[in-house]
Amino acid sequence: MGTHKITTQDVTFKVFRFNADEDYLPYYKEYKMEVTSEEVVLDILNRIKWDHDGSFSYRRSCRHGICGACAIKVNGRSTLACKESMNDMIELFGNEITLEPLSIKRAIKDMIIDKKDFWDKHAQVQPFLVSEIDENPEAEHLVSPHEVENLLDADLCIQCGACHYACPVVEINEDFIGPAAFAAAYRFEADVRDEAGTSRISEVNELSQGIWDCVKCFECAEACPKEVNPIEKITKLHNIAFAKGVASSNVATRHAVGFKHSIVKHGLLDEGELVRYSEGNIGVLKHVPVAIKMFSKGKIVLPWNMPKADKLDEIKKLVKSSSTAKF
Amino acid sequence: MEKLKYALFTGCTAKESTPEQMMSTMAVANKLGIELIELTEASCCGASHLQDYDDFLSLVLNARNIAYAEKHGLTMVTICNTCQLNTAMTKHRLDHNAELKAKVNEKLGEVGLEYKGTSQITHFLYAIIDDFGLDKIKEMVVKPLSQFNIAPFYGCHNIRPSELQNESHKGHENPYRPTSLDDLIIACGGVSVDYVEKNKCCGFHAELQAPRTAAILTGNAVAGAMDANADWMVTPCPLCHLKLDTQTHHASVAIGREVSLPVLHMQQMVGLALGCSSEELGLKHHVTAVDFI
Repeated sequence: MGTHKITTQDVTFKVFRFNADEDYLPYYKEYKMEVTSEEVVLDILNRIKWDHDGSFSYRRSCRHGICGACAIKVNGRSTLACKESMNDMIELFGNEITLEPLSIKRAIKDMIIDKKDFWDKHAQVQPFLVSEIDENPEAEHLVSPHEVENLLDADLCIQCGACHYACPVVEINEDFIGPAAFAAAYRFEADVRDEAGTSRISEVNELSQGIWDCVKCFECAEACPKEVNPIEKITKLHNIAFAKGVASSNVATRHAVGFKHSIVKHGLLDEGELVRYSEGNIGVLKHVPVAIKMFSKGKIVLPWNMPKADKLDEIKKLVKSSSTAKF
Repeated sequence: MEKLKYALFTGCTAKESTPEQMMSTMAVANKLGIELIELTEASCCGASHLQDYDDFLSLVLNARNIAYAEKHGLTMVTICNTCQLNTAMTKHRLDHNAELKAKVNEKLGEVGLEYKGTSQITHFLYAIIDDFGLDKIKEMVVKPLSQFNIAPFYGCHNIRPSELQNESHKGHENPYRPTSLDDLIIACGGVSVDYVEKNKCCGFHAELQAPRTAAILTGNAVAGAMDANADWMVTPCPLCHLKLDTQTHHASVAIGREVSLPVLHMQQMVGLALGCSSEELGLKHHVTAVDFI
């Protein structure tokens, strides 16, 4: 067995400080520390409080990646402080490390934020099993291992908020339910015992607040410390919305379906037709000014010049035989 | 060095709204002596939207595209981040799930094709950095971009999810601190500009269904580059390019500030440094004029 050597490095921490009761504006305070290769980010938060400033505030509890209390941002990266190795952070960002709360605009005191929006969104998706329970059951309601696999580990979420506050849409659109709550919605949609019918999926299918406003940036997948991969669940919710017939015809649903129409006709995407089909004949008019500019620069292919993929018959045949969804 | 040869998956925009991207890809490949065999049979990758409607169909179509690269016995090169994502994600899922692979192959069998998993998939950006080599590009630069501050805009689907980086960039690119495009700017003699939005989302995929969100993200990206004193931006993704090049009016309205910068495709930037003409690189096809040439 090889010996494990503990090394140390000098690191300058720029730490977000703010007390909503006393300060008008937040400020950053610098702490220079010797960091050992064994430490995690939470150790640094503890040392700031214990060795430098007892008023420094942050949430912490289990120290084992279970309670989800200690998520913060390290150089802008959502991080569960008790799980994240300082060595990895130094390797990634160098010896100047910025510690900030998950959401600066929701800061109450130092690393502590008001997570009300997170919990409200979570509550919005019925994050529980909807089921009529027989008061006198005669047998257990067994769920097979295969059926559990279908949850795709969505049940591992610890509600730390790392993905929610890494999501650029949450930052911009206050109605957006967000990746954590979507993952929770999937967790119960995928449960064979659930009897919510269409009520939960309808909630996440609404435009502006629901899955259709996802920009597909994969920030949530990167941010999650439990590898829940929320965007994978968002795709699943899209599929369920179509399967349950909840995805009614609108700009967002037609945008997804429109790809199939183009592919079966040309093999390739007909960009102009996709916009027209998604927006409708009236809605498409708002794109005319940009379309004219693009046309003048040779960026628009007219319908009769639309290129086609070779072996289009093959594509048509596969689309016919492999389609699994209806609209 | 043996001549580099790839199967080129152009994607749809190269054939339609970003002709300059196709032109500059071929011009740069020609300069570098890279042979690109175009997969003319390839279909649209579904652009991360078809899968929302029909995931299995999306898998079958992408597997078919890869099967054609495999027939050539070549690595597939993409020139669009979203094509890269969808194709590499398909490969990742099929290579890690024998049952799914068998189901997909059952369909491909109907048209006499098979997905084997023998071709790698990489974006042209990584092909020229990893396979051709930055040092060699540097040696070939005839017109260094030393007078320009250039803002790299990475585009989500080349850098996230990081599990797919192993498929395309040998795991070298960290989504929180990507370096490939910065390195390429420097190799071309330019000054790479650091700014917060360089690895953030441009909003393209929600442009129709969430126009305000999409416009704000575009606005933030261009504003970030402008505030970092960039002369222009560069991106490996034609979808980011469309958003940043053609949508700045909406973006300016959305963020309440006039924002606009010329945006070059990664291939155009390399092409300029290698001495290609602006005609070869299709610079006249930009909505935001490339006025510094």
